[in-house]
Amino acid sequence: MLVNQFLFLAAILFCIGVYGVVARKNAVLVLMSIELILNAVNLNLVAFSLRNGSVDGHTFALYVIAVAAAEVGVGLGLVLLVYRNRRSISLDDLSEMKG
Amino acid sequence: MLVAQNIGFAIIATLMIVGALRVVTTSNVVHAALWLVVVLAGVAAQYLLLAAEFVAVTQVLVYIGAVMVLFLFGTMLTRSRIGRQDDLNNSYWKLGIPVALVVFAAMALALANSFGTEKMPNDAAVVSTQQVSDQIFGPYLLPFWALSFVLLAAVIGAIVLARKD
Repeated sequence: MLVNQFLFLAAILFCIGVYGVVARKNAVLVLMSIELILNAVNLNLVAFSLRNGSVDGHTFALYVIAVAAAEVGVGLGLVLLVYRNRRSISLDDLSEMKG
Repeated sequence: MLVAQNIGFAIIATLMIVGALRVVTTSNVVHAALWLVVVLAGVAAQYLLLAAEFVAVTQVLVYIGAVMVLFLFGTMLTRSRIGRQDDLNNSYWKLGIPVALVVFAAMALALANSFGTEKMPNDAAVVSTQQVSDQIFGPYLLPFWALSFVLLAAVIGAIVLARKD
């Protein structure tokens, strides 16, 4: 197994996630794309952990998983709040900050 | 053994990339969530190939178990239509394609230059849960505490945000 095959897979997942964040309008789908990005990072951490023969990457990956779970919890709470106030979760409708 | 590993990697990686593309292109929110399950399960399988069994089990428990249920509840509670929806993309969604391609080109160049055809070590032992926990409760204890507070704050924050007052 090459080191690069895992790193390239992670890079592809990351770019698909970036595309999703840019292209999607539905807030839940944007959160899903962020999960893709975080998983790509985790794959990199674990791959480097095997390459360097150390366990640090596993620890970091577990911490990232925990932070991602917290992020999804708060993120969906925010989405529910937006939906309750506006009856829509389209990100294009949130334009009060526009000057 | 090594050939089998590579074939397994190729199959899982193809499934993951197809799943990820479907997540960002499908016009049905529930389908996107289910394709995301395919990607997350593929990531767990890659962790097993990378000899990280505890991380793989945590991935299945936390992501496929908990985060996906949260996503499906989010879809349900915001009454997104369960069927097809044609307005899931921005008007400027095409801009995302060059952005993603440029980011990928930069990363691919850097990776190809840095690692080339370097191979993973062949004789790597599976990392035991004991080693991981020795790391977490040894040198990385302080971030572990910080993380506990982050989770506590997230739980309280989610309740405060979502309750009706």
